[in-house]
Amino acid sequence: MTISLPAVPLPATINPWFAATMIAAVVLASTTGEVLTAAAMKSIGDLDAIRAHSGLKDAIRAVLTSPLFFAGVFFLALAFFSLLFALNHLNLSLVAPASASLTLVTNAVAGKIFLKENVDRRRWAAAVLVCVGVYLLAH
Amino acid sequence: MVHHSLTPRQYLILGLVAVSAPLGDSCLSRGMASMPPITLEHPGTLIAAVFTPWIALGIALLIGFFASYLTALSWADLTFVLPATAFGYVIIALLARFWLHEAISPERWAGIVLVTLGVGFVAQGPSLTQHPAPEPEESADHELVEPKVETR
Repeated sequence: MTISLPAVPLPATINPWFAATMIAAVVLASTTGEVLTAAAMKSIGDLDAIRAHSGLKDAIRAVLTSPLFFAGVFFLALAFFSLLFALNHLNLSLVAPASASLTLVTNAVAGKIFLKENVDRRRWAAAVLVCVGVYLLAH
Repeated sequence: MVHHSLTPRQYLILGLVAVSAPLGDSCLSRGMASMPPITLEHPGTLIAAVFTPWIALGIALLIGFFASYLTALSWADLTFVLPATAFGYVIIALLARFWLHEAISPERWAGIVLVTLGVGFVAQGPSLTQHPAPEPEESADHELVEPKVETR
């Protein structure tokens, strides 16, 4: 997800390690957030089925009573604020595509390790293709 | 229930996920660009911004995005849903090209092709990893990750 904000001119004296650290913080926080949210939704079960069975209210309640979901939202919020922080120091045209595309690859790795998802060759190829594609599109 | 292929309704939700996020972002961007510069001395203007039409529409779209994203994650893998979300960039670029008649650079066309190829790859595979359940009767729910912490 990209956030459209006015671009801040890149200061000439920016340390590349500092820039990399800021982008890494965004990527790490958003990957953690995505994985926790995905784990929460998997543990709740099919929302469509819950809604069909016991109504929209119960589906919403199932989500809002999951501690794992709030842990995920916490890290997604952290990712949002680290993105704002990074935008304060770096150009939007660097931060947005770099973080959006790197997150796709880190999520494939995290999905395999933590969510035990079956990341086969097809999904690796997709993660890499979409990663490069999003970089080109958002740049 | 085995979800190797998706129902039309589930495709509709994935479509909503893909379209609502970039459309919502665009509305926020459009709304914020037309606001006078906001400074930390007047944080109230940020609250007022929420009630301007473009920003309100953007927020509504992003709430819709989050709801459909969570629904998608409840029946499909994260590594299946995320490439689908990225397809939204393609939709937006094509809308910009054919509706707003904006020029698209060769790099962006290359990006469109790569994202489309990637999404095509995942879409051919299963949408949900099936985990062998310890008891055959309980294979219906897809219990993942969270090891149950037992307090004794």
